[in-house]
Amino acid sequence: MTAAIAQGSHGVPPGHSMEGPAPKRIVVGFGFWIFLLSDIVMFSAFFATYEVLARATSGGPGGAQLFHMDMVAAETACLLLSSFLCGLMQLSINVEDRRGTYIRGAATFLLGAAFLGLEIHEFMGMVAQGATPERSAFLSGFFTLVGCHGAHVTIGLIWLAVMMAQVRAKGFSLFVHHRLLCFSLFWHALDIIWVALFSIVYLMGMR
Amino acid sequence: MDSDRHGRAPGDETTPETAREETRAGLQAYLTGLGLAGLLTAISFWVARTPLLWGPGVAVGLAVLAIAQMGVHLVFFLHITTAPDNTNNVLALAFGVLIVGLVVAGSLWIMMHLNANVMPPMVGGGAGM
Repeated sequence: MTAAIAQGSHGVPPGHSMEGPAPKRIVVGFGFWIFLLSDIVMFSAFFATYEVLARATSGGPGGAQLFHMDMVAAETACLLLSSFLCGLMQLSINVEDRRGTYIRGAATFLLGAAFLGLEIHEFMGMVAQGATPERSAFLSGFFTLVGCHGAHVTIGLIWLAVMMAQVRAKGFSLFVHHRLLCFSLFWHALDIIWVALFSIVYLMGMR
Repeated sequence: MDSDRHGRAPGDETTPETAREETRAGLQAYLTGLGLAGLLTAISFWVARTPLLWGPGVAVGLAVLAIAQMGVHLVFFLHITTAPDNTNNVLALAFGVLIVGLVVAGSLWIMMHLNANVMPPMVGGGAGM
């Protein structure tokens, strides 16, 4: 965002160390980005575990019997739209428009909650069929991976609610701006993980 | 407005004019991202369901579509670009991708070899060690 100001009049962009300290917003974003990447590395271990165990159904139900395409499509739509509205919320935050922030924040929250509701419904249905995590290695891997993503979404929803309360109580202070930026990054990253999840676990698993 | 409060660099004044311009550009980016991501998702679901495609190729197709969609999310939603102030983010991302690749590909490679090498005695379903 601040790229343009660093260019000198001599046409050659100065090296990074010549520009002086980066704006706080960029430093905060970078720090949180490192955390998100470490989170993604953790997910990659769960993905590897799942993929290794994907065919170890031990005579129990497999993906083809358990997964429902329509359910996954609905979950995907909810999370993608939630991520999109989170981006719109960020635009409202940038111009410090409180009403827009609340409305778009609420829409982000409701779509995220709808995703979580669908996922819980899906899990309950699977458990009702006897497809519990202890049934087979495949199901252990499945519930660990997808459940971990669901736990992240739950934390994100709580975080979003807290941030809305902070905007209300503290206004758009510098810290609130930074926290909201981190929340947006977190929420978009969760959608990226879901892309890998629905492709690898559901779409490939249903075949 | 005191631009310092928002961690902006000095000289990066925000007039209502530029703010509106930024909002419009931002909205355009998010709409483009949503459109591309939605399109790629729809193709993914179609590819997984259709009987028209050659079966063994579908997994590769899904992987390519997923990677493309992740790229779309990174650029349009997370704003990881090639701008100069983004160099650190891109480098961190590259390192993250390296580690993810090592963990996933390495695990699958090792476990496939392990299965191939020790499968016959494990008919009882033991866990190895």
